[in-house]
Amino acid sequence: MRGSIRVTELGKAYKRYPHRWARLLDWLDPFSHQRHDLHWVLRDLNFVVEPGEAVGVIGVNGAGKSTLLKMIAGTTRPTTGSIHIGGRVAALLELGMGFHKDFTGRQNAYMAGQLLGLTARELDALMPSIEAFADLGDYMDQPLRVYSSGMQMRLAFSVATARRPDVLIIDEALSVGDQYFQHKSFDHIRGLAEQGTTLLLVSHDKQAIQSLCDRAILLDNGAIAMEGEPEAVMDYYNAKLAADQNQVIDQNMTGDGKIQTRSGTGEATVRDICLCDESGHVLKVVHVGQRVTLSITVDTLTDLPRLVLGYGIKDRLGQVVFGINTHHTQQVLEHVKAGSQCQFEITFEANLGPGTYSVQTALTSADTHLNNNYEWCDRALLFTVINKDKPDFSGVSWMNARIVIEKT
Amino acid sequence: MLRAAWDYRSFILGSVKREFQSRYRSSMLGISWTFIQPLALIIVYTVVFSQIISVKLPGVESGFGYSIYLCAGILTWGLFAEITQRGTAVFLEQANLLKKISFPRLCLPVIVVSTALLNFSIILGLFLIFLLLVGQFPGWVILAMIPVLLIQLALAAGLGVTLGVLNVFFRDVGQLYAVILQFWFWLTPIVYPVAILPDAAQQLMQLNPMAPLIGAYQTIFVQGSWPDWVSLLPVTLLAILLCVLGMHLYRKHGHDMVDEL
Repeated sequence: MRGSIRVTELGKAYKRYPHRWARLLDWLDPFSHQRHDLHWVLRDLNFVVEPGEAVGVIGVNGAGKSTLLKMIAGTTRPTTGSIHIGGRVAALLELGMGFHKDFTGRQNAYMAGQLLGLTARELDALMPSIEAFADLGDYMDQPLRVYSSGMQMRLAFSVATARRPDVLIIDEALSVGDQYFQHKSFDHIRGLAEQGTTLLLVSHDKQAIQSLCDRAILLDNGAIAMEGEPEAVMDYYNAKLAADQNQVIDQNMTGDGKIQTRSGTGEATVRDICLCDESGHVLKVVHVGQRVTLSITVDTLTDLPRLVLGYGIKDRLGQVVFGINTHHTQQVLEHVKAGSQCQFEITFEANLGPGTYSVQTALTSADTHLNNNYEWCDRALLFTVINKDKPDFSGVSWMNARIVIEKT
Repeated sequence: MLRAAWDYRSFILGSVKREFQSRYRSSMLGISWTFIQPLALIIVYTVVFSQIISVKLPGVESGFGYSIYLCAGILTWGLFAEITQRGTAVFLEQANLLKKISFPRLCLPVIVVSTALLNFSIILGLFLIFLLLVGQFPGWVILAMIPVLLIQLALAAGLGVTLGVLNVFFRDVGQLYAVILQFWFWLTPIVYPVAILPDAAQQLMQLNPMAPLIGAYQTIFVQGSWPDWVSLLPVTLLAILLCVLGMHLYRKHGHDMVDEL
């Protein structure tokens, strides 16, 4: 079907020869035993992307993401299994392929377009929209060597997406360019997706994955470690990133059907967490601007040299609205004995927009959860914010704006 | 495979055009450089050898005899050397493109051959003008160049693709070929006539596939007579063989090339 990607038992291995002459012997003497061994980068991958779906691929460096994308884009061939793609594929594995610095933006746009298989006539027709989107003004007819790297990216991106592909593959390409262009290219990609383009995106950028994708696939050691809703996969990935090997990762369903992720060494744990109002009543629903206290009870199981509590409030899309830890507030607890109980009371005004929010907690020894991750818990607490006494507003934060109008 | 390359003809044309433009872009004399360099080459071979050193070719009366002999050999050898050398390196040079964009890889050698052919037509044009000026234009016999050129192109393209694919997997191939090409040039009767060699060496010369091709050009331009077609048969066969081998290697290993780049 147009725009679908079907990956079946896909595997990719690179040949490794014990010495330089082995390959020559392999070629000259095809009947004897093989002199190379195979180094598997990807193995037994199975997944389907439906037309119009947006799927994010995440994983640490070396997990096989780029190899997977290259195979889907068609630059390298699978060792085993197959890939079926419906329709035309455009791959943004690297922006600016086929550019030459001595030629003008327009000439390079033609060249890059032709490299993507467009004819000169098709490019003539597409040129106005390419120009409009790249938004380079007079620079369009200047040689590329006077361009900034961001401008080159803009041009490259415009050419690559000038004709709507059935499948668009993007490899980290969006992490360049200025904020304005990032927004613009995101909008453009969203637009393509709305018109039915299937999207496959590799990124380390949590925001990009969560705001663009309907689904995420986590690759680990050449296999699919997890597949599902972007936020849950991202949380799992973050938990996995925690360097310590003897950590357990535990995901379970919370009441609303979302997945809670808990990981870490377990040397300290959040035993209880709740949100209370000023008179100590536990809240599930908070009014915009209400003064609330987040109380967190932490148990320690071993002696800890340092204990830092961090928390973050995430909106419904999983974006962190606010986060802080006791390292930043210079309230690190030192030499905490095993079996002690620490009570943290965090008071703040819930200046949040209406909607549902989750709280993530982290117990660590330092600033990040990447070393000595005692416990990391996503969706430790859920609450809803409603607007009771403020004027209607949009967005995730209440800024208590005052508007002064003078009429003359 | 060739069909896919045909679909990318606008890319191929664009690349050839760009390769030319990139040479003289941002230079003051611009496109004239495309002509100045080959012109200098022809002047060196003609004026220097006929007027200053005045080398005479045995059995040829005209003062320009040796100059024409030299040009007929060197210019056509240059075409062969350019195609094979650039063909050997082309996949390695365009490694990043091959890794990042899916397009018919055969476009790359096609671009190499087309660019070399365009270079050659410029220098050939200048050479023909020179022949007209000195009254040595061979006349209708010039048409014999077309089949000879086709055989030479097939030989060069076949060898270029073969070496190009091999070079990706065995990087020694490119280095080795550069060395071989040096010897090959001097082992081919280009700057010297084959007649000055001892008999034994003349016998061995029959093993050199470039010798009959270069010899055919020399016959056309110096003697102004039709070349010995029979002597071109073995090299024609070899050219076809190399084309088949090149295509076979490309078909069999072309897909794995990216993994080695």
